[in-house]
Amino acid sequence: MIYQAGNYDVVVIGAGHAGCEAALAAARMGCSTLMITLSIQHIALMPCNPSIGGPAKAQVVREIDALGGEMAVNIDKANIQIRMINTGKGPAVQALRAQADKEEYHREMLRTLEATPNLSILMAEVDRIETENGRISGVVTRTGARFGCQAVVITSGTYLKGRVIIGDVAFDSGPGNQIPPMRLSENLKELGIELGRFKTGTPPRIDSRTVDFSKMIEQPGDPQPLRFSFISPRNEREQLSCWLTRSNPETHRIVMENIERAPLFTGIIKGRGPRYCPSFEDKVVRFSHKDNHQLFVEPEGRRTNEMYVQGLNTSLPEDVQLQVLHSIAGLEHCRMIRTGYAIEYDYVVPSQLRLSLETRQVSGLFTAGQINGTSGYEEAAAQGIIAGINAALKAREKEPFILKRSEAFIGVMIDDLVTKENDEPYRLLTSRAEYRLLLRQDNADLRLTEKAHAIGLVTSQRWDIFREKKELLDRERARLQEEYVLPLDSRMAKFLADKDSAPLRDRISLWELLRRPEIKIEEYPALELMEEFDLDVMEQLELQAKYEGYIRKQEDQVRRFEKMEARKIPEDMNYDEVYGLAFEALQKLNAVRPASIGQASRIAGVNPADINILLVFLEKKRRK
Amino acid sequence: MYEDDIAAISTPPGEGGIAIVRLSGNGVIEKMNPLFRPRREGTSLAGRPSHTLTLGWIIDDRGEIIDEVLVGIMKCPRSYTGEDVVEINCHGGSLPARRCLERVLSAGFRLAEPGEFTRRAYLNGRLDISQAEAVIDIIRAKSDKGMRLAQQQLSGMNFSYIANLEDGLTRINAMIEASIDFPDEVGEPDYDEVEGRLQEILSKLDSLINAARRAEVYREGISIAICGKPNVGKSTLLNTLLRKEKAIVTEIPGTTRDVIEDYINVRGIPVKIMDTAGIRFTEDQVEKIGVERSREAIKAADLVLFLLDVETGITAEDREIFSQIHTQNIIVMVNKEDLIEKKIDETSLKGMFPGLPIIRGSAREEIGIDELEESIEKLVLSGQTGSDNLEIMVSTRQRSALERARQQVLDTRDGLREAPLDCLGVDLGGAMEALGEITGKNLKEEAIDRIFHDFCIGK
Ligand SMILES: Nc1nc2c(ncn2[C@@H]2O[C@H](COP(=O)(O)OP(=O)(O)OP(=O)(O)O)[C@@H](O)[C@H]2O)c(=O)[nH]1
Ligand SMILES: [Mg+2]
Repeated sequence: MIYQAGNYDVVVIGAGHAGCEAALAAARMGCSTLMITLSIQHIALMPCNPSIGGPAKAQVVREIDALGGEMAVNIDKANIQIRMINTGKGPAVQALRAQADKEEYHREMLRTLEATPNLSILMAEVDRIETENGRISGVVTRTGARFGCQAVVITSGTYLKGRVIIGDVAFDSGPGNQIPPMRLSENLKELGIELGRFKTGTPPRIDSRTVDFSKMIEQPGDPQPLRFSFISPRNEREQLSCWLTRSNPETHRIVMENIERAPLFTGIIKGRGPRYCPSFEDKVVRFSHKDNHQLFVEPEGRRTNEMYVQGLNTSLPEDVQLQVLHSIAGLEHCRMIRTGYAIEYDYVVPSQLRLSLETRQVSGLFTAGQINGTSGYEEAAAQGIIAGINAALKAREKEPFILKRSEAFIGVMIDDLVTKENDEPYRLLTSRAEYRLLLRQDNADLRLTEKAHAIGLVTSQRWDIFREKKELLDRERARLQEEYVLPLDSRMAKFLADKDSAPLRDRISLWELLRRPEIKIEEYPALELMEEFDLDVMEQLELQAKYEGYIRKQEDQVRRFEKMEARKIPEDMNYDEVYGLAFEALQKLNAVRPASIGQASRIAGVNPADINILLVFLEKKRRK
Repeated sequence: MYEDDIAAISTPPGEGGIAIVRLSGNGVIEKMNPLFRPRREGTSLAGRPSHTLTLGWIIDDRGEIIDEVLVGIMKCPRSYTGEDVVEINCHGGSLPARRCLERVLSAGFRLAEPGEFTRRAYLNGRLDISQAEAVIDIIRAKSDKGMRLAQQQLSGMNFSYIANLEDGLTRINAMIEASIDFPDEVGEPDYDEVEGRLQEILSKLDSLINAARRAEVYREGISIAICGKPNVGKSTLLNTLLRKEKAIVTEIPGTTRDVIEDYINVRGIPVKIMDTAGIRFTEDQVEKIGVERSREAIKAADLVLFLLDVETGITAEDREIFSQIHTQNIIVMVNKEDLIEKKIDETSLKGMFPGLPIIRGSAREEIGIDELEESIEKLVLSGQTGSDNLEIMVSTRQRSALERARQQVLDTRDGLREAPLDCLGVDLGGAMEALGEITGKNLKEEAIDRIFHDFCIGK
């Protein structure tokens, strides 16, 4: 029996990393929002590795933060270790990475959700999405509750028709033995949405009390841990260590001896797995010349004995997993708490989406996160906030919010998802961004906070902090560019000599002086050339000065790029009418339906000649 | 990509009187400033009214003359494309035109896509709606033809050579990117290895570019002007090379009054050879014009044969002529060596023409002609003789892509020990993009595939 249970502007299905950001964004933008989850205990769950950040992902976390999202703030409250990695490899690829306390991460997120006005949480399973004339009208739960709404965001992660595989054992399940929703998939297909099937996996968890750490190498956090969010207080949390050990020939022998029992080889697993996250057995087979592989043993929290064995993700039978663990230095006597497994799940083929993450088939229906064939908490959260924003804008009948490839890693990811063919779960890499020197983690706020403010997603606290920082940066930059030091200045001469830096031949601005690699801005205050400002501000100025040449190069490229992005292709474009298009281009354009000429030019199989033909066609249409 | 400054040779390829390099884009007239030196000092192209012609020279980045040209400007919107348009008229046919085009490309212009001028003309309202279909046909036809050509050119040996190059580049890129994106699993790249590989790639690119130049020489040919004071034996040499009595030979100085041209084949290279009027000061109206025309022909020639007379020795006249041509590619030939009387010795020759090829011989008695041909071949293919016997026929588009790739690989190598990895990625990415234009592959995607193939990555 179906009953009317209420009306909302936006309904979010799922409460993982995408769902939380989507619901928070919509609610913070003033929409009455309902978040429906299978289990409140699993809100913001980290079913796989206990860490957030790393190359490309850290940039994304900062971008989410700059937009007014929650992931950065939440990990700042719930980390047990923070490190800056890639420090020697250049400003664009430096990245913060945190180890999380999983339980605390969940609890802090739940607290934030519960404290957010306009946001309600409901524990239920959604069976069906209702539409009227191709537009969302509501959702119906398994127990008969019907909620009317303007927009729906599905963020069901790897749960849709989830199937867990361990050796020769396989059963229907979401991550962590949760009941997987089985009906929603069928409902999506009825709505005309094409689904595919992917696979991923997770390693076993072990009991810390049974690990011999003396046989491992300690991996401590940074002595002065930084924070992800631009608005978090200084990080003063106690840091826990991770531990490095290695597999050995004996481990590999055990794997090879049991390889015919591995589901990847028996053919039980059909979905495509990600190459950047191969199972341990896959690594042993493919890289047979390596006699060891790194394994990191990481705590899953402060108040749990569970530890995660990074590098050992596997779907080998349980007894083999134990043998493998016991062959490894430090784990000889370890007890396994959770068995590693592979999971297969349905995903929405993302080329059906618009850049706003709205499905093309159903107006007002958005999908975000792993359901779109991505991997990673950060990628999921980023799609969540964009889908949440756009669901809210949809409910208000406003234009969608879209980030370009030149503005954010989030823009790169969504454009890739929608435009390119992906045959494995998508993971962000810094090399996927053509303008990565501009898309740094240090300037995410400068890139995005004003945009988010314009759509009402930025709190006054964040806005004040941002404005103050920006004004200070502008003022200091101008000052550094206008103030000069002279060759006569004996104090400067001595300073330069001490630094092995060439003596001045002419006057030089403080800004130009920073271009010298050996000159660091942190030395300016002692020379009375600058006040002591916040580290963020100092670093930002130094970076802008030091890399100005390369940055300019990229800014030029961006200007050219944006011209083509600005040439929009109408929604109702009929490519069959376009005389002269090559057959392959026609097919691809029809499948992707790009929003702009720029996007069209990125589709594999669409050549420059086809683009020129499209331009001519659009002009002809315009003139008619 | 589709609204930047573009350039292309807009006249059909092959031997012709004049070839035109056409440029289009907003502000391209100003952008000619560093590339063009007007004949009349103090004038600038941008200052000239629309639809006028200006005489001058295309110059390289050191200010050296590449070719004498007549430049037409058409200001936006009164031009074919509706944007600012510059047309560089190069005499001497397609080879000088290619040089001008290369200069323009090196200054940041992009080679136009097939049919792109027409497409722009259409988009800027210079063509009628009814012409849209015709415009599309042009784009389609030109690009299909280009594609067919490219495929033919890339078949067989060249293809595997280029594939090898791509492989090297993506491998280095994967080494760098893997270390950035997977710092736990992949350590710092081995800089010595990267440098070695870059060096290897550079030398491969050099061979390719040289082979392309060589092929171009054989395909397009070169022009050679015979030059020297009156009566030195220029016309005699022309006749000897042609094996026919084309030019009148007398013992009277000032016999040849105009430029005489014909075609020969020097060791497989098509050569347009020109006999010129002996250069001297003269009051004779007819001869004066002939001398002026000869000067121009000499300037436009790819190679100058500078003749000396062993009987007269090196005179003030010779020195004066040499001072006018010294920036060009020159072969010095001491003529009339059959005579007993010799007023030119080895030391003074070496002193006056350091580093230039010098040949002693006789035009009339056909002495030293073999040597001369050998010297021509060597000079034309100078530095371009690859030991690998690489044969490649590439279009200007492909060659410009190769050259861009080379530059970016060079930048990568030079920055290797100083610039951080992410900045190196900018240059390397540029090189892969340029190379990708030749084969139509997206090398960046391939490099990502490569990361997973070469490195054991995974959490
Ligand atoms: N002994 C000798 N005489 C030569 C040789 N080459 C040319 N001559 C003679 O030099 C004279 C001038 O030859 P041309 O070929 O007409 O000289 P040119 O340089 O064309 O002279 P202009 O056209 O007047 O500038 C003729 O009498 C030729 O026979 C040579 O190799 N040996
Ligand atoms: Mg003569």
